[in-house]
Amino acid sequence: MASLIACPHCGRRPKEEFTIKGAALVRPEPEADADTWFDHVYLRDNPRGRYAEFWHHTSGCRRWLVVTRDTATHELEETRDAALWRRETAR
Amino acid sequence: MRYSALSILKNGLFGNKGWKPAWRTPAPKPHYDVVIVGGGGHGLATAYYLAKEFGITNVAVVEKGYVGSGNVGRNTTIIRSNYLLPGNNPFYELSMKLWEGLEQDFNFNAMVSQRGVLNLFHSDAQRDAYTRRGNAMQLHGVDADLLDREAVRAMVPFLDFDNARFPIQGGLLQKRGGTVRHDAVAWGYARGADMRGVDILQNCEVTGIRQSQGRVLGVETTRGFIACNKLALAAAGNSSRVAEMAGLKLPMESHVLQAFVSEGLKPFIDGVVTFGAGHFYVSQSDKGGLVFGGDIDGYNSYAQRGNLATVEHVAEAGKAMIPALSRIRVLRSWGGVMDMSMDGSPVIDRTPIDNLYLNAGWCYGGFKATPASGFCFAHLLARDAPQATATAFRLDRFKRGYLIDEKGQGAQPNLH
Amino acid sequence: MTSYRLNQGGLIDRAQPLSFSFDGKPMTGFAGDSLASALLANGQRLMGRSFKYHRPRGVLTAGAAEPNALMTIGKGGRTETNTRATMQELYAGLTARSQNRWPSLDHDIGALNGLLSPFLSAGFYYKTFMWPATFWEKLYEPFIRKAAGLGEAAKESDPDRFEKCWAHCDLLVIGAGATGLAAALTAGRAGARVILLDEQATIGGGLLSETATISGVPAPRFAETLLAELEALPNVRVLPRTTAFGWYDGNVFGAVERVQKHLAEPLANRPVERLWRIIAGQALLATGAEERPLVFGGNDIPGVMMASAARSYVNRYAVAPARQMAVFTTNDSGYALVRDLEAAGVSLSAIIDSRAEGAAPGLYKGSARIIPGAVVRDAHGGKSLSAITIASQGRTEKLGVDGLAVSGGFSPIVHLACHRGGKLSWSDENGAFLAEDRKGLALAGAAAGLSGLATCLEAGARTALALLDQLGIAATFAPFPDVEGDIVAPATKPLWSIPGIKGKAFIDFQNDVHRADLGLAVREGYAHVELAKRYTTNGMATDQGKLSNVNAIGLLAEARGVSPDEVGTTTFRPFYTPVSFGALAGSSHGKHFQPVRQSPLHDWAKKNGARFVETGLWYRSAWFPRAGESTWRESVDREVRTVREKAGLCDVSMLGKIEITGKDAATFLDRVYCNGFANLPVGKARYGLMLREDGFIYDDGTTSRLAEDRFFMTTTTAYAAGVLNHLEFCAQALWPELDVRLASVTDQWAQMAIAGPLARAILQDIVDADISNEAFPFLGARTVSLFNGALAGRLFRISFSGELAYELAVPAGYGESVADALMEIGKPHGMCAYGVEALSVLRIEKGHVTHNEINGTVVPADLGFGRMVSTKKADFIGKHMLSREGLVAANRHQLVGVVPLDPATSFRTGAHILAKGATATLESSLGHVSSSCHSPHVGSTIGLALVRAGASRHGEEVMVWNGLRGEYTPGRLCDPVFVDPAHEKLKV
Repeated sequence: MASLIACPHCGRRPKEEFTIKGAALVRPEPEADADTWFDHVYLRDNPRGRYAEFWHHTSGCRRWLVVTRDTATHELEETRDAALWRRETAR
Repeated sequence: MRYSALSILKNGLFGNKGWKPAWRTPAPKPHYDVVIVGGGGHGLATAYYLAKEFGITNVAVVEKGYVGSGNVGRNTTIIRSNYLLPGNNPFYELSMKLWEGLEQDFNFNAMVSQRGVLNLFHSDAQRDAYTRRGNAMQLHGVDADLLDREAVRAMVPFLDFDNARFPIQGGLLQKRGGTVRHDAVAWGYARGADMRGVDILQNCEVTGIRQSQGRVLGVETTRGFIACNKLALAAAGNSSRVAEMAGLKLPMESHVLQAFVSEGLKPFIDGVVTFGAGHFYVSQSDKGGLVFGGDIDGYNSYAQRGNLATVEHVAEAGKAMIPALSRIRVLRSWGGVMDMSMDGSPVIDRTPIDNLYLNAGWCYGGFKATPASGFCFAHLLARDAPQATATAFRLDRFKRGYLIDEKGQGAQPNLH
Repeated sequence: MTSYRLNQGGLIDRAQPLSFSFDGKPMTGFAGDSLASALLANGQRLMGRSFKYHRPRGVLTAGAAEPNALMTIGKGGRTETNTRATMQELYAGLTARSQNRWPSLDHDIGALNGLLSPFLSAGFYYKTFMWPATFWEKLYEPFIRKAAGLGEAAKESDPDRFEKCWAHCDLLVIGAGATGLAAALTAGRAGARVILLDEQATIGGGLLSETATISGVPAPRFAETLLAELEALPNVRVLPRTTAFGWYDGNVFGAVERVQKHLAEPLANRPVERLWRIIAGQALLATGAEERPLVFGGNDIPGVMMASAARSYVNRYAVAPARQMAVFTTNDSGYALVRDLEAAGVSLSAIIDSRAEGAAPGLYKGSARIIPGAVVRDAHGGKSLSAITIASQGRTEKLGVDGLAVSGGFSPIVHLACHRGGKLSWSDENGAFLAEDRKGLALAGAAAGLSGLATCLEAGARTALALLDQLGIAATFAPFPDVEGDIVAPATKPLWSIPGIKGKAFIDFQNDVHRADLGLAVREGYAHVELAKRYTTNGMATDQGKLSNVNAIGLLAEARGVSPDEVGTTTFRPFYTPVSFGALAGSSHGKHFQPVRQSPLHDWAKKNGARFVETGLWYRSAWFPRAGESTWRESVDREVRTVREKAGLCDVSMLGKIEITGKDAATFLDRVYCNGFANLPVGKARYGLMLREDGFIYDDGTTSRLAEDRFFMTTTTAYAAGVLNHLEFCAQALWPELDVRLASVTDQWAQMAIAGPLARAILQDIVDADISNEAFPFLGARTVSLFNGALAGRLFRISFSGELAYELAVPAGYGESVADALMEIGKPHGMCAYGVEALSVLRIEKGHVTHNEINGTVVPADLGFGRMVSTKKADFIGKHMLSREGLVAANRHQLVGVVPLDPATSFRTGAHILAKGATATLESSLGHVSSSCHSPHVGSTIGLALVRAGASRHGEEVMVWNGLRGEYTPGRLCDPVFVDPAHEKLKV
C-alpha cells in the first residue's frame, strides 16, 4: 500500500489520514436474491493484483474514495471520489 | 535417525559427519491418496497426523517454496488457548494439549515454552470482557487467572504503572500460554511426516486443479500433474488464490501483518504480555530478542511487507506499555500474508466440490493452532467427518448465520 | 598499556582530549574519535565476547556492520545496550561496558562453551533437551535464556525526548561519500530540493579515510569544500548522523537522526533522536560497499580486522591497528592499506595475495614482502593475535604478527533497494550481488559495483542528472577535478573457502556460525539459503549478516555445486541498522500516548468534585464524592437515589452528535436505521437501531427531527466516529443521489441530562417556553430559548434513567455557565451532579442496553427490539441478512434480567449463567452477565444477561458462575426492566 494516497480533493496525503473499509462493491438492488446478497456481504475476489477499494479520507476532506491499486506491488493506479464512481457504475 | 543427547555426543565425537538429512527430497509420484497444498505448519502437521494417527501414508505435501516458507516462519511464536466462544475454545485447548506433548511425539525440540500469556486490561469494560473470557476458559478446564493491578505489578514491575494514559487495572493470565520456536515446528512436522512415508515436494507450485464432473482429480504443478483421491488446501495467506483454481470464491481477504524482533538482550521479560490500550504484544525468544507485533496494516496485500505508520504505532504502544523499551533497538521487521476471514475464525471443512477439502481463514492466529489444525484436518480427510472440537469451522456458516465472531466486528475482515 | 596513537595525521582534534571509561578503566581519546578508535588507541583490543562460544573478540570494522565491538553505554534510563563502538562518537565522560561475559571480559566462564563446541553444532538444541518434558521450562530453558542475549537493558524510564517529522524533496541522496556528494551537488546547483544524509557524524564517507588527493587537496579536505558549497545552498538540507533505515511504499524513506547521542547530557529542549519520514521524488543510493571478510581458521581473533577498517583507523583516526601487521587480500585494495601503513610508519611483515599473479603491475611501489598465490590458513592467539599460518603452493609458513588486515572483495550495500521486494542478481564480473534500479530509486558508485574515486564522482553526478531528468528538472554536468593517488581495485574472483583450515573459520562472527555449521546444514537438508540461515542463525545477529551473508551464500554455492545466483540471498528487510523504540515512538508514550478529549463540562465537573474515568479518549466524570462518603459505592448509591427521588444533572456531552440535513434526510435515515424515521414528526425524538449490513446491531441512539429537512442524531460515545464514517459512506458511496449532508457537531454542543421527578421544575426556571407535560410531552424535541432569550438551546425529552428527564444542549462555550445555573436552581430541590457510574446503575435498573449488550453479535430481536425492525421498508442496511437461519434461531442469546436468590449475595459482570444443577462446562453455559450493579432501588445486585432463549426463561433459577473469582451465586432470571416496567414515570 502506498504510504501516500492522492486524494482527488486534497492532493497527496499520508496514508494515516485515511481509513480503509474494503472491496469497492456495488450494493445489490433491494430485491436481489439471497445468494446475491450473501455474495456481496461475505465473498471476496481477493485478487493478487489490481483491486478497487473504499478508502475514507477521515482526517481530511471526509470524502469516501475508490482507490485502485495492486495488492502485489502496492502501486497506486487511480483514486476517485466514491460518489462519482457510484454514479458511473450505476445499475 | 533418532535425536537425543546421545546422538549429539556420538556425532560430535566424529566431527558431526554422521547426521542424515532431516527429510528426503523425493521425486513426485504420479498418484497419492492425499495431496496437501502448502508445506507450512498446517500442511505439514496435517501430513504428520494423517500418517501417524490415521495410518494414511501415501501422502504428498506440495510446497511452492521451501519447507516452512510461509507464516509458520513469520510470526510472533505465541501459543495460547484463551478463547471465548464455544466454537473456538475447545479447539485451541486441543491445540495446547498437543503442543504440550509435541516434542516427545515428533522427536524434535521446538522449545515449547509455557511461560505464560498475560493480557492487560485498563478499564472496567475490558475487565468484564476478560472476566467473561476467563470464565469461559475455566468452564472448559483451561487455566485462567484474573490478576489485579498489584499482582500484575509483582509479575512485571517495569510496565508503566505511574505515568500511563490508560492506567493498568489488571490482567488475565494463562500460565500455560507461551511461545514455541516457530521454524522448528515446521521442521519437526516435516521430519516426522517424512519418516512415516510422506513425500515433501519443495519447489513445487500448484498451477491448476484438475476437475471432472464436480470432482477433483489432482493438481497441475510446476513439476507435472499429480493425481490424488483427496486434495487438501492448507495455503493460508494464499487460500483465495488456490481456491480460485477450483472455481471457489472464499469469505476471506489476504492482509499483511508485521512482526518485529529487537537486538538480543539478557533476560528482560519472561512471558508474553499484551497491551490492552493499544496494539502491542511482546515476548522474548530464547536467543534474547524481544519478539513483538501489533495489528494488521489493514489493507489487502500479498506483498509480505508493511508500512512505516504501522511500525510507528506498534512502537508507540510498546513504549506506552513498557517505558524502558525506549532505548532498546528494533532489529528487523517482516510481513506475513494472512487469510483474514469474515468473522475472524477459520474454516476446516469439505467444499462444495467433491474430494476438495479446505483449511483456511486463520487470520493472524494460525500459529498457535498448528497442531490442532493439522490433527482436525487429518481427521476430516481420513474420516470425512469433522473432529469434535472443529465442528463449528464450517464453510457454510456465513450463509447460514452461525458466525464465530470473537470480537463482534462483523463481515469486515480488517477489523478482526 | 602503551598508546597505539600515531603521532600525526587523522581527523581528530588533539587539542580536545576526552576522558572516558571502559569496564571502569579510565581512558583518554580525542574529539573526532569513535569509541572503537579511542579504545584501540588505548591498546584495548579485546572489546567483546561472542554469543555462543564467548570467544574473545576485537573490533573488526570501522562502521555500521560491526558484529563484535558491541557495548553498553550510558547509565540509568539512558542505558543503551549493543552499541557499536565503531558508530559511537566519543564524548567526555562516556562510560562503556563490555557485554556477555562473567565475571569479566578477560576471564569469562562462558568461554568454556568453546570446549564443548563439537556438541554445540548448528541446531544441536533441536535434537536434545526433550527429556523429561517438564525439565524444559524448569532447567534447560532458564539456563539457555541466561546464557543467550547480549547486553542487559535497563528497566528504568528514558528521561529524554524524541520527535518525528516529515520532509519532502526532489532528490534524496543516501550516503555522503564521493558519489553522494557529487550527486547532491549536481542536483543542488540545479536548484532541486535535495536532502543528503549520512550515518556518520562527519560528511565525507570513504573520503574521510582516503589518502588520495583531488585537485591537489587531500580527500577529507575536498569533502569539506563540497559540504561548504552544499550548506550554502538554500534548497539543500544536509543531515549528518542520520541513517536511512527503510524504503517504504510511495517512495517514503524512514530515517533516524541521532541528534544528541554524542553528548553526555542532552539538552532538554532538543530530542535525542529524530525520526524522519522523507517523501522523495527520486532517491539515490550512494551507500558504498561492504568489505567481505575471509573465512580462515581463527579469523575472529582480536587483531584481525577488515583492511578498509584498518585504513580508517590509520588515516582518519590516527591509530595503528597493531605493532606488526600483515595484509591478506584477494584484490588490489589491500595495497592501498599497505601504502598507508607504510606512510604512517606501521611495521608490515607481508602481503598475502591470494592471486597467483598478485597486484596489477606498477600498482604497488613499496618495499613490503609480497607472497602471491598464498592464503592465510589459520590465525593464532587467544585474546590477541600472535601469529598466522600462511599456505602457499603446498608450503606453510608461520609468521609472528599482532595485526592482520583482510580483504575478500566488496559487496555493494543495497539493502534499501530490496525493501520493497527487489531481488539481487549475482555478477561474476563484479564478484558481488548487484541490485537493479527501481522506480524512484537508483544506485550509483560503489553501491552499484563501481570502484575508484574518479569513477564514483562522475557516476554520482551523472546518475543525479538522470534522476532529475525524470523529474523534469534540468541540470548540467560539471566535471570534477583530477584525482591522484587513488588505488582502484577492480573486482576479483571471490575466495570462498580456504583448504586445510585447522581452527574454527567464522562466517557470522557475532552468532558464532562457522564453516562446519554450514556444511552440517547442507548435509541435514537445510541447504536452501533461508533454511540454512534459520537453522544455523547465520545473518540473524545485530548486524543482520552485513559481513556474513555473502560469504555464507558463496560457501553454500560451493557445497551445492551451483552459482551464488542459484543459491540466492535471504530477504533484506528493514531496518538497515537497528532503530530504537524511542525514535519510532516519538512523543506518543506515557500520558501522551493518545490525545485527551475533555467535555465542555469538564471544568464544571471538576469543581463539583468529580472523579474522572478514561472512556476511550474522553475523561468522563464517574462520580461526585461528598464529605463523609468513604467509598465510590456510597457516592453512586446516593446519586442514584437522588435522581430517582429528586433530580440530578449529568454530563452527556461526549455522546456523538451528528446534524443531518437535506431534502432527502428522512429517506436517508429510513435506510440507515432498521426502524422507520420518514414518518417522524417535526419536534419529536425517536430511538433508533442501526444495523450492519450483516444484520447485527451496530449502534443505537436517539434522533430528533428539528425541521422537515433537519435531524439531530445522537450516537453512543464509543461509536461516534464510526457512525459518522458509516453515514458518510452510505451518503457518498451507496446513495449519492440523495440530497443529504452530514456534519459532526459533537464538539459544538454541551449536553446535559436533567433527570428525576423534579427535573421539570428546575429546568422550567431557565427555559422560556412552557415545558409542561402537555406542551412538551415525552419524546419532544425542539429548539428552545433560555434565560429570557439570552441563549438558544435544544431540549429533548428523553430518558435513559426511566425518570422524567430531559437532555439540554447548549453551545459548548455556554455549557459550564448553564450547568452552574441549573445546579444553583436545583440546590433547594436537592438536585445533585451525577456521574457515569450512577448513569450506568440507572440504565441497568431500567433495562436499557449499551455496548455491553450490543456486542456485535446481537440482532434486534435478541434485545427485545424485534418489533422495531420495519417489515414495510423495502430496504435498509442489514435487512437482507437478517433472516438467516442462525439469526432467527430459537436458542439465540436473549436479553434478560438476573438477580441473586439471596439479596445479600452478589455477582459480577462477566460471570456465566448455568442452568441450576448443571455441570460446569462450556457446553452447559447458557450465557453471561453483560452488565451488573448494586441497585439501590431493588436493594441487591442486579444484572442484565444474554442467555440462550432467555426471553422464555424469566423466573428460572440459575447458577451465576464466576470460577475466576470463586464466586458461585444462585440467581433467578427475570424481566430486564427493574424500575417502572409500565414506563409511566418518564411520561408524567
